[in-house]
Amino acid sequence: MLRRRLNRWFGGEDRRVDSRTIYVGHRPCPANEVFIPPKFCDNRIVSSKYTVWNFLPKNLFEQFRRIANFYFLIIFLVQVRASFVCMPTQTVISDIIFFKIRTSWLPLVFLTVLICSQGYEDWLRHKADNEVNKYRVTVLEDGRRIQKESEKIKVGDVLEVDEDETFPCDLILLQSSRDDGTCFVTTASLDGESNHKTHYTVPDTERDVESLNATIECEQPQPDLYKFVGRMHIYKNNEEPTLRSLGPENLLLKGATLKNTQSICGVAVYTGMETKMALNYQGKSQKRSVVEKSINAFLLVYLCILVSKALVCTTLKYVWQSKPGQDEPWYNEKTLKEKETNRYLNMFTDFLSFMVLFNFIIPVSMYVTVEMQKFLGSFFISWDKDFFDSEIEEGALVNTSDLNEELGQVEYVFTDKTGTLTQNNMEFIECCIDGHQYKYRDASSEVDGFCVTDGPMNTVQQKAGREREELFLRALCLCHTVQVKESTEGFIASSPDEIALVQGAMRYGFTFLGLESKTMKILNRTNDVEMYELLHVLNFDPVRRRMSVIVRSISGETLLFCKGADSSIFPRVKQEEVEKIRMHVERNATDGYRTLCVAYKHLTPEEYDQVDSGLREARLALQDREEKLMAVYNQVETGMNLIGATAVEDRLQEEAAETMEALQGAGIKVWVLTGDKMETAKSTCYACRLFKRNTELLELTVRTLEYPGKRREDRLHDLLLEYHKKTVQDAPPAKTRVARNWSSQDFGFIVDGATLSMVLNSSSENNLHDYKDLFLQICQNCTSVLCCRMAPLQKAQIVKMVKNSKGSPITLSVGDGANDVSMILEAHVGIGIKGKEGRQAVRNSDYAIPKLKHLKKLLLAHGHLYYVRIAHLVQYFFYKNLCFILPQFLYQFFCGCSQQPLYDAAYLTMYNICFTSMPILAYSLFEQHISIEMLLENATLYRQIGKNAMLRWGPFLYWTLLGVFHGLVFFFGVWFLFSNPALQDNGQAFGNWSYGTIVFTILVFTVTLKLALDTRHWTWINHFVIWGSLAFYVFFSFFWGGVIWPFLRQQRLYFVFANMLSSVSAWLVIIVLILLSLLPEILYVVLRKLFLFNFNQKSVKGIFCHFSGLSNVFASRWKSLVVFILFFGVFFIFFLFFYCV
Amino acid sequence: MFRVSVLQTTDVIPSKEKSRCGRVGGVSRSEKMVKQESESANRPDNTAFTQQRLPAWQPILSAGIVIPGFVLIGLAFIGIGVALLVTSRSIQVLELDYTGDGNGSPCSSCSQSTTVNCKCSLNFTLDTLFQGPVFFYYGLSNYFQNYRRYGASKDDNQLYGDLSYFTSPSSSCSPYDYDGSKNPIVPCGSIANSMFNDTFTLTRTVSGKTDSVPLDGKGIAWWTDYNVKYRNPSVTPLKNAFNGTVKPIDWAKPAYELDTSDASNNGFVNQDFLVWMRRAALPNFRKLYRRIDASGDYQNGLPAGNYTIDITYNYPVRVFNGAKKVVFSNVSWMGGKNEFLGIAYLVIGSLCVVMSVVMLIVYAKFKFPDEE
Repeated sequence: MLRRRLNRWFGGEDRRVDSRTIYVGHRPCPANEVFIPPKFCDNRIVSSKYTVWNFLPKNLFEQFRRIANFYFLIIFLVQVRASFVCMPTQTVISDIIFFKIRTSWLPLVFLTVLICSQGYEDWLRHKADNEVNKYRVTVLEDGRRIQKESEKIKVGDVLEVDEDETFPCDLILLQSSRDDGTCFVTTASLDGESNHKTHYTVPDTERDVESLNATIECEQPQPDLYKFVGRMHIYKNNEEPTLRSLGPENLLLKGATLKNTQSICGVAVYTGMETKMALNYQGKSQKRSVVEKSINAFLLVYLCILVSKALVCTTLKYVWQSKPGQDEPWYNEKTLKEKETNRYLNMFTDFLSFMVLFNFIIPVSMYVTVEMQKFLGSFFISWDKDFFDSEIEEGALVNTSDLNEELGQVEYVFTDKTGTLTQNNMEFIECCIDGHQYKYRDASSEVDGFCVTDGPMNTVQQKAGREREELFLRALCLCHTVQVKESTEGFIASSPDEIALVQGAMRYGFTFLGLESKTMKILNRTNDVEMYELLHVLNFDPVRRRMSVIVRSISGETLLFCKGADSSIFPRVKQEEVEKIRMHVERNATDGYRTLCVAYKHLTPEEYDQVDSGLREARLALQDREEKLMAVYNQVETGMNLIGATAVEDRLQEEAAETMEALQGAGIKVWVLTGDKMETAKSTCYACRLFKRNTELLELTVRTLEYPGKRREDRLHDLLLEYHKKTVQDAPPAKTRVARNWSSQDFGFIVDGATLSMVLNSSSENNLHDYKDLFLQICQNCTSVLCCRMAPLQKAQIVKMVKNSKGSPITLSVGDGANDVSMILEAHVGIGIKGKEGRQAVRNSDYAIPKLKHLKKLLLAHGHLYYVRIAHLVQYFFYKNLCFILPQFLYQFFCGCSQQPLYDAAYLTMYNICFTSMPILAYSLFEQHISIEMLLENATLYRQIGKNAMLRWGPFLYWTLLGVFHGLVFFFGVWFLFSNPALQDNGQAFGNWSYGTIVFTILVFTVTLKLALDTRHWTWINHFVIWGSLAFYVFFSFFWGGVIWPFLRQQRLYFVFANMLSSVSAWLVIIVLILLSLLPEILYVVLRKLFLFNFNQKSVKGIFCHFSGLSNVFASRWKSLVVFILFFGVFFIFFLFFYCV
Repeated sequence: MFRVSVLQTTDVIPSKEKSRCGRVGGVSRSEKMVKQESESANRPDNTAFTQQRLPAWQPILSAGIVIPGFVLIGLAFIGIGVALLVTSRSIQVLELDYTGDGNGSPCSSCSQSTTVNCKCSLNFTLDTLFQGPVFFYYGLSNYFQNYRRYGASKDDNQLYGDLSYFTSPSSSCSPYDYDGSKNPIVPCGSIANSMFNDTFTLTRTVSGKTDSVPLDGKGIAWWTDYNVKYRNPSVTPLKNAFNGTVKPIDWAKPAYELDTSDASNNGFVNQDFLVWMRRAALPNFRKLYRRIDASGDYQNGLPAGNYTIDITYNYPVRVFNGAKKVVFSNVSWMGGKNEFLGIAYLVIGSLCVVMSVVMLIVYAKFKFPDEE
């Protein structure tokens, strides 16, 4: 007993490692003495993040991971708690009491709303999960059909699925309602291929599912959609069990839909989170933009400033108090409570009081404004009529507003091919038979179906022989895996090229009628039906890059027709035929067409028998089946006769090439990640001008790894090193290359899925060279990279690899199908194309656009503007709060460090809420420092904000110094003035609130005018808001000081503002200090423009006109620092001079 | 500047592709799209606002504007600066310290004793006329009226004449809210308690005859403080309002006896009290004490002669290293004497001019291409 249990435990362990055994229908098998029902996970799909129990702690943890939220919580607690603890803090609070408590609640309310909305989202996910999990499915149990909930499916259950239903888990196909034991499936939601795929039942199981006694042994779940290895033991009446091999053609994946087949039966092999779909699904994690990270960094700096300010003040306070007579002068005795409190507790509460006093330096309102800016700003994307597509009658969709600015920071674009770059709409363009070019023309086709066009061969105005023509067309009609759609006219096939070819043949008079019980029927030109028996299909695979069929005609001839890529056909045909056709193929290929060569071969009966037995044997092999099949294929497909070539156009999306060019012009590297075949993808890359004529292609694919006499690993190693040398070591330094504008040697890199996994996995065992690193370096030095034959998860892996590489570049993924979801989720920004197939990509994306061409405006115009806007917003907010609170800090030196606020409570709270918030919000919504047209025309402008240019430490330092300068000017300017507080012509003196109000007035005006200086695009809204908020400040101050407010305990500001305005000196000092504060800025703007002109006279004039206004944007801020310091020095000297006089 | 929108679809399909296989030309398709778009309901509004095409003013700070602007501003500022400086220099100020910490100083005896109403006097001589109107200030230094705890220690409701706050002063007045026997203090708080209580009289000695200089104590506090913010309770006699309360601990007499001669200057609306209650911004400050009444001999100010200030010395400042002084000053349109403003204007004005000259030189040397 114990042993069995132990066995089970360890057995379970073992199963994890290699394979799992499934008992079909949970029927114990005669072969196994002990039937241990194995344990597998249930069929429940969980995409939600939280449960009822862990929601609050987990979500709170997520929230407080944001430094800001945590800080606000602390400050809130300090303010609430402190009032109970001790007197000084309390009075500070009561000083600030009017709004303060209410505003410190604000972030908390904000947080609650955030938590609620996330809870709601998760509830929606729970609901969606439930919908899937509670879906009723039919289970065959002991000959009965039982309706069960989908989540209760166990591994080993036999399920029945009807047409147009989605498979609830991964199934092995046992029985189909179709006669030939096949069923059709579309996997649109899995890999984006909308075509119908044929899957086969396991032989011998078809008839008796009810009583089938079998076990399935298969590998543990793995995410590769195209891979499955297993075998099935079928037990019949105590006979020796028959063994059937299982491959991906027997496996129906969860998420795929049954088509064209009434119903099927299958046994569940992988369930729930172990299905291939679930393994390929990636949870949607919250994306954070670079700007947010910068904000967090700045926040930390300001927190340090805040804490050190509070520390300095606390220390100074106690130093000051230690002087005799200062701690408790007779006019200012302490209360009893204060005297009794512990000295150290007093120190601590003093520290907290200072924190509360200075906490305005960390702007709560910035978070609110940033959120508002993002939310409101994102409307401009959905409103943009350039994004409107009349075909689908929809515009752009914004799923998240958190990433607007990230659109301006993109360094890598990962794009899907099918449906994104191309329309996935193949068209037969032309063909070539025996070196004669045939181009299809509508008008003349009626004459005799063929017409000769002028081409390079136009001197030879002749056709190939009629016999050859017909042979070629028969080859097109027979060599494929196309099915005729039963209900409607049309074809379905696993690859759209094949349909295009069959349709092409149809135009020339040969119509494929369909495949019926291994017989292919063709309607030929003379409207006779020709019948061919289909003997074997030698499937396409990316290594061979060709496919063949072996058919037997009525006359008994056995023929092999083969079509494939030129490179794989040419070596296998008679060489004298090649040259005539090679020219055509190459010309077509450079035009961006997908070319295929067609060849045939007569097989003698002996040859056929040999092939037949070879194939059968190989198909049954359990070990190295692929290799064995391949060997037979290669053996057959030799010595063929080349008939001709075809050219099929994969239509590009509108303006795909222009968009790609614009992106490359903007310094963005474009990588194509596709599940498609390499040839197809390569021709698309040429068509999109990602690869150009002079691009040197570096190929790292299964094909190039095949090198006689070398292990693939070694070959990979050699190739990697070779490419690395070429691209990285021998390449000129980056600067000169940029200057030459990519005109020198371009490299294009091609890699496929299989090789990629070799590269990614081998790094652990090979210590000498980190392949991954080499690979990444090569990729980064190529202008474009093409990754083909990618599984969805591999796409995400690539994105992740680049994302985590040095410098952590910003990545953007764009795709339209469900197979792109993982990369869309993985990238910093995910863009969904609102394609025809499904909405999964759109639903998981951050932004969805109708067409690829819209990407250009989205990045170059919207992204650029959003980035500049928000970066300015962030810097400005920190700046304005620094120069807001600095005078308050300085004032502590003059009031015995007693936490006396400089400004009135109303001013303290209203500053960020009313007086200075609207102009910056308007700026951050409407600013266009460069016009949209200009941005679209000059893609290079995009580079100038790259690498988070406006939020790096340089600009941050500039803004901080500016804030410090302004704060110093405000405070000490007024301080000098108050050396004689009798400022009115009636001899009366001003008090402390007048002091604060003068400083505050200068502050509000300076800060607003500084923004006005930065504004390059004055719409009426900007005018309204800037002048309006200044007017509001004046109005409010009059109003606030004009009334005795019954709810206030102290009427501190009563008539202070009006009295201030009655003093000429106050007016004069306000004017002069505002001007002094803004002077460096104006000077900088003008000088900068001057320098720009002189240094860049040769470069594009127009662009720099627009740049002149961007006084403070770009990296050359350091120059401005010099100006700044110089200015300050000159000012100081002047001042000393005059003061001495 | 209103930009006309151009549909991006026109003329972007390169000629090569167009000619390739008779596909729908880019132009005609875009025309079709325009037609369709106008019919669609989902179509975003084509307004200037939604398309970010609001007409906008795009100012450019070019040298052509900035240089003349700077010259003008600079010149104006220099003008104002000169005026300010001249005005400031014309203001006469006479400061006399009477703390009495030196042995030779007249009030040193008073500063050491704790006698109430200790008398001392200061003498000074004016050689010329001290131009009127002359203001008489007292000044304190190292005195932190802006100390937070001090500043919060008053009850505005009480001072507004609200009787309910007489019996229960605000807790912010602590420890000056109740006296030892739990009687409420009115006016409560540190500020009121520490009211400046030195008094001065000014006499002129003309040819052996002493003549007291008339001092005017009206209008030395803010008009709004006197008329609105501070009010006596509407109880006559005023004394009755203070029943059950005690005077501030350090006061010699209760609030209703601050000026018994003038009812409008008594209680909370006593001008000296109001001046004191308006807290100074910085630890060294001066407050208005009196104006020299411009009448009789003093029509034009203080004539030349020998003067004596008789001081009733009560206010202790030496315990916290403070100092006391009296200041005579006349004022101009810009207030009291203050050279800072004039200098600031001169500095910034000349800075503007210097900068515009620098810019002009650079401008002349390089020329701005955009302004040709």
